[in-house]
Amino acid sequence: MADSPPHGRPSPREGLRGTSATGEPAGSPGESAGTGPTGRAAPAARRGRPDALHPGAWWLWALALGTAATRTTNPLLLGLLIAVSAYVVAARRPDAPWARSYGVFVKLALAVLLVRLVFATVLGSPIPGARVIVALPEVPLPDWAQGIRLGGKVTAEALTFALYDGLRLAALLVCVGAANSLANPSRLLKSLPGALYETGVAVVVALTFAPHLIADVQRLRAARRLRGRPDRGFRGLAQVALPVLEGALERSVALAAAMDARGYGRTAQVPPAVRRTTAALTLGGLLGVCAGTYGLLSAAGAGYGVPLLLCGLAAALAGLWLGGRRSLRTRYRPDRWDARAWLVAASGAAVAAVTALAAVRDPAALHPGVVPLVAPTLPLWPAAAVLLGLLPAFIAPAPQAPAPHKDSREEPS
Amino acid sequence: MIRFENVSVTYDGADEPTVRGIDFEVAEGELVLLAGPSGVGKSTVLGAVSGLVPHFTGGTLHGRVTVAGRDTRTHKPRELADVVGTVGQDPLAHFVTDTVEDELAYGMESLGLAPEVMRRRVEETLDLLGLAGLRDRPLATLSGGQQQRVAIGSVLTPHPRVLVLDEPTSALDPAAAEEVLAVLQRLVHDLGTTVLMAEHRLERVIQYADQVVLLPAPGEPPLSGTPREVMAVSPVCPPVVELGRLAGWSPLPLTVRDARRRAAPLRGRLADRQQHCRPPREAAPPAQAPAPRRGLFRRGTPGARTAAPAPASPVAEVRSLAVRRGRIQALRHIDLTVAPGETVALMGRNGAGKSTLLGALVGLVAPSAGSVRSAGAVPHRTRPRDLVRRVGLVPQEPRDLLYADTVAAECAAADRDAGAEPGTCRALLSGLLPGIDDATHPRDLSEGQRLTLALAVVLTARPPLLLLDEPTRGLDYAAKARLVTLLRGLATEGHAIVLATHDVELAAELADRVVLIAEGEVIADGPAAEVVTASPSFAPQVAKILAPQRWLTVGQVREALAAGEPR
Repeated sequence: MADSPPHGRPSPREGLRGTSATGEPAGSPGESAGTGPTGRAAPAARRGRPDALHPGAWWLWALALGTAATRTTNPLLLGLLIAVSAYVVAARRPDAPWARSYGVFVKLALAVLLVRLVFATVLGSPIPGARVIVALPEVPLPDWAQGIRLGGKVTAEALTFALYDGLRLAALLVCVGAANSLANPSRLLKSLPGALYETGVAVVVALTFAPHLIADVQRLRAARRLRGRPDRGFRGLAQVALPVLEGALERSVALAAAMDARGYGRTAQVPPAVRRTTAALTLGGLLGVCAGTYGLLSAAGAGYGVPLLLCGLAAALAGLWLGGRRSLRTRYRPDRWDARAWLVAASGAAVAAVTALAAVRDPAALHPGVVPLVAPTLPLWPAAAVLLGLLPAFIAPAPQAPAPHKDSREEPS
Repeated sequence: MIRFENVSVTYDGADEPTVRGIDFEVAEGELVLLAGPSGVGKSTVLGAVSGLVPHFTGGTLHGRVTVAGRDTRTHKPRELADVVGTVGQDPLAHFVTDTVEDELAYGMESLGLAPEVMRRRVEETLDLLGLAGLRDRPLATLSGGQQQRVAIGSVLTPHPRVLVLDEPTSALDPAAAEEVLAVLQRLVHDLGTTVLMAEHRLERVIQYADQVVLLPAPGEPPLSGTPREVMAVSPVCPPVVELGRLAGWSPLPLTVRDARRRAAPLRGRLADRQQHCRPPREAAPPAQAPAPRRGLFRRGTPGARTAAPAPASPVAEVRSLAVRRGRIQALRHIDLTVAPGETVALMGRNGAGKSTLLGALVGLVAPSAGSVRSAGAVPHRTRPRDLVRRVGLVPQEPRDLLYADTVAAECAAADRDAGAEPGTCRALLSGLLPGIDDATHPRDLSEGQRLTLALAVVLTARPPLLLLDEPTRGLDYAAKARLVTLLRGLATEGHAIVLATHDVELAAELADRVVLIAEGEVIADGPAAEVVTASPSFAPQVAKILAPQRWLTVGQVREALAAGEPR
């Protein structure tokens, strides 16, 4: 408060664009909110939070690791990839509700692996193999089901192939899970362009809505017990559905009122010309994208496809950018793409690039043979490259220590 | 700053205006209290200031409301967002984002403030409200008082000139309420913010108000004036005012301090009475010492109320109970016995474990160690059908207990659930509170009526142990007085009652015994008068005024004075 009046109305130079008594929003869109008192501002205000990495960097890193996983079926390399991502998650995962999704993804990956193996066992596999482990009785199927086999011989080769294949998918899932638990989803939405911000808020609200709904169901099922009715079973759930939905609806209305009263949806006055240009650019851009995609996919249009697609994309982005001028919003401590974010993203990209290169140069090492069955070996260079993915565990900011247990109930006042 | 000019609001589908002839003005920098019984339209008046009435709620508004010179007819709520900050009754319904810091910034982002300004104000607000240690915490993990402070902070950051609050302290424990009120006080004094708030618990807020606007009854025009003027005629008033009226003090005291300075003669008169009726203190060990007035001033409460040390069989028996919830140890080493006909008040901070203890008594929460017996059964292992005849709980939100779409259907369902004669529940309800129509939807009942319906539903099975969680939230003084009479009647019939409450006045009126819980442990257990008067934050106003004598309620004083009159 060093340089603003101590109370009451903020001075105009603070950048608050109130609405004047006539209903016309004061201030022109030109003096957009971000162009505050840059000259005398404390630089800290424009910096992101010290304890956070740009969520986009985490996603790029994780997706790059996932891409690397799709390039190989070597179980040792895949295991190494999973271990690397797990180590980074363990080291840098913050203590927040959304960060607990990693376990769910790991379970999902295991389930995928298991399903793949069960299918290979029961439905057979096109992989020819000589080492029969067990011969299941084969179910005779009618003619129209040709090509489908139920039961029959289960070979070691087929199982190994299924294992490698399933492991690849599982590694991909674990990488996505790592991104989910390392990057705060609501911060990611904050990085959306201005025109999409309000949609982003709606998504954030929806994200916080689900936990409320679950809590409601639990509370109302407990209340059924108080009425002397069984609190378990399907009927119990069905009978609380209506009150839960009613409650959810009421809460949404209350939230909408609160958001309205707090200025959600305030828009700046934009000259009609700009509005029309925005509409034209967005619509034209989308049309261009559609036509360009069609050109790319059809045989004849390969020549005009790419330029049309690019032009369409550019026009649509310009439309989005212009549309953002209608929104008054500013961002509070947006996450900055800093050097650490570059390094994290680059470490992921390096893993993906080296693995892809190795897959071309030395396919045998990255896709160990199944027929005939050979023990997979760890290719040295790709393995060393995968270890590059560990970099974020050391350069990303450490998560804050979880709040002590007592503090989570009552703060000392 | 805020000006109401002959405003009346009629909601769609209603025949009569909800509020009529509202005409008052709030000057800049004032703290104005909106008082009145429930259902008179206080929330409607508050909503009209922020423009939510009628822009958001629908309905017709006649007259004119201006805030800082802006007419709410032509300005939508979002266009008033920079001058009016609104906090509703439930802070959780107010939150848009998921962490404290983001929530504080949200309003400013909507208004388009520069990042430097936002950053500075968030830091200031964190300090102002004492939230600095919580800045990264998810909102859902905060306690009630913390949430309320974050909600207030989130509307403060855009520096509104007017703050509108609907029942800011009714869900809070006394300490947290004081914290919130201290913040408001600071805003009014240091920042010149204009505050308009509605609150049922006048005893907490009346002393801070510069002006009181009283809505005496639905559809009646408001009365406004200084707190003293209005309290002299108000149908709702805090105990300190009631005592002042009883003692004939003029001008009326509004604070405990005012009253204490004038209370010396009254204390003199009462000392005599108390001396007279106090039983010899040495007769019983302190833990079971009957409160001084027991049995003498509470008429119609015979044997059951004397705290006989060993009644035949306790209705509820809790032995070294511990409950864990996830990583949190919610309760530890709780020992508690409740005798038939006894009323026990559980008190303590928000989140101290009161509701968990009630949940354990009714089998919603399984103990992780120790044992619980409610009316002879182990609650979490008993089938719900059998359990309802032993123990009943009225939850914090009585609506949770009601599923049907009419009162009649709800009563019929309750009879079926409890295996009682058809008509039992309806008869109970009519006995407790006459005048509830059979065809009404439970949602359309007032807070007090809904609570009574839930109580009737629970009582249909005639459980010997009755539990109530925060029964007075949202009740006005009249509804509270009815509840007190009703619960006293039940205790006389032999029901054991355990209630978790923040309302010290209620505990003083009703409880034989008060159990204080902190961090999941019992820190005090004894006769109401002793426990309550021993702690400044839990002492009711009358006790503070007449200390060191142990009077808890105006009713006791009145009876004592009446008994002292020469006949």
